[in-house]
Amino acid sequence: MLSLYLFYFLSTVALISALMVLLSKKPIHSVLYLTLTFFTLAGHYILLNAQFLAVVHIIVYAGAIMVLFLFTVMLLNLNLEGEFQKSTLMKFVATLTGGMLFLVLIGTLKSFDVGTLSEHPELTQIGLVKNLGKTLYSDYLLPFELSSILFLSAMVGAVMLGKKDKN
Amino acid sequence: MDIQFVLYKLILCVVILLLSLMIAMYATLAERKVAGFFQDRLGPNRAGIFGLLQPVADGMKLFFKEEFMPANADKVLYILGPSLTMLVALLTSAVIPWGGTLNIGGTEFALQVADVNVGVLYVFAIVSIGVYGIMIGGWASNNKYALMGSVRAASQMISYELAMSMSIVTIVMTTGSLSLNEIVAQQHGMHWNVFTQPIGFVVFLICAFAECNRAPFDLPECDSELIGGYHTEYSSMKLGFYLFSEYINMFISSAMISSLFFGGYDFPFMNDLGLSHNMVTILGTAALFIKITFFGFLFMWVRWTLPRFRYDQLMRFGWKGLMPWAIVNMVLTGFLHLLFKK
Repeated sequence: MLSLYLFYFLSTVALISALMVLLSKKPIHSVLYLTLTFFTLAGHYILLNAQFLAVVHIIVYAGAIMVLFLFTVMLLNLNLEGEFQKSTLMKFVATLTGGMLFLVLIGTLKSFDVGTLSEHPELTQIGLVKNLGKTLYSDYLLPFELSSILFLSAMVGAVMLGKKDKN
Repeated sequence: MDIQFVLYKLILCVVILLLSLMIAMYATLAERKVAGFFQDRLGPNRAGIFGLLQPVADGMKLFFKEEFMPANADKVLYILGPSLTMLVALLTSAVIPWGGTLNIGGTEFALQVADVNVGVLYVFAIVSIGVYGIMIGGWASNNKYALMGSVRAASQMISYELAMSMSIVTIVMTTGSLSLNEIVAQQHGMHWNVFTQPIGFVVFLICAFAECNRAPFDLPECDSELIGGYHTEYSSMKLGFYLFSEYINMFISSAMISSLFFGGYDFPFMNDLGLSHNMVTILGTAALFIKITFFGFLFMWVRWTLPRFRYDQLMRFGWKGLMPWAIVNMVLTGFLHLLFKK
């Protein structure tokens, strides 16, 4: 029963903070609301007994990526309101394309079989670090290694792009 | 969940919270006494005998100072900054095993609030979000120096976190567990990790200094160039929270170093003295606190001995000095582990 209340609480906070990411005027506030959203998602993972996923989610998203976001926003000092005013045509096109993406997503989800949730999601063991590690390194070894190569190439690419041109 | 269990955990939480605050309080006095010793003077000795009431006097002073908020500050974030710093500083103590088990009336009580099976990662998560309080406070002050301080804090944290996590990965590799309780338990009988992981220990120690924003890595509040860094605009107890959380972080870092590398509550001849189970547990906790005190002293010793780094030196040291060592240590440990411990 407690987990149900927690679920509703976390979901409400997640939805409100996700909306506030879009609605707040200052970029810094948006970044902080996004961080809050990540925390509520981590809470959801804990409710599903996926402690490893929850902690890694916080380390990677809240601890590293959002700190860099915050860092960039602070460094560029984007705290003036209305700095992102665009022309009417821009706004119109943005709304149209965004709406189309939304439509496509809904269409995909409608025909997609979400599967049935188990009766007791808090009793699943796959989210624990031991089981997850075994599954990743036995059943999904190739995709796992391939994605790590993808990450490596992205890192090398970022370093190459960030390097000052010596010529 | 029975009521006895909940009650016990609640009491343990309160005890650990009060203990952290008390220790942080007296760490401020100890710091000034140690500074006095290193600079060949007496240190504070006016309030109470040996200056023992000095932290109380300091606290009173901070409480009664004027609360000042800059006119153009972001009001909510300005208050959120120090609160978040304090909250995050107190969170880590939940997973540290403070001792073995106490046997009261036939029931075993573990001296640890939560034995999370990803304890080490939990600590990482807390450490990585620790920078938010500093960044938010520095930005909300609407002050150039404060902003510089918080930007520095962010880049420093991210740089040193990497080497820090890599030095702990080696311990996880040799222990085979992410639970802090298990890591401490495997070091029983003087099999301390510091003997098998000397490089990892040194890297972790240096990174711990950087993560606590302690000298020689206190660039975010570097007073010679940034006035007061991220807390330039803070006064009264809000400033007190920032200063105080630094000492809590020191205490928790010392506890982490002791648990990860120095056997936690393990002490020599632990099981050969013929003492009762509860006695061994209490002595073990005492041993842990002796280790913590030593590392707390080390933090102060370094602060009053080494000069501050320049900012480019700090970055170069983090990425080009510590990172390679941490990687070499990790690869070497993996190789040796594969070779010898099958």
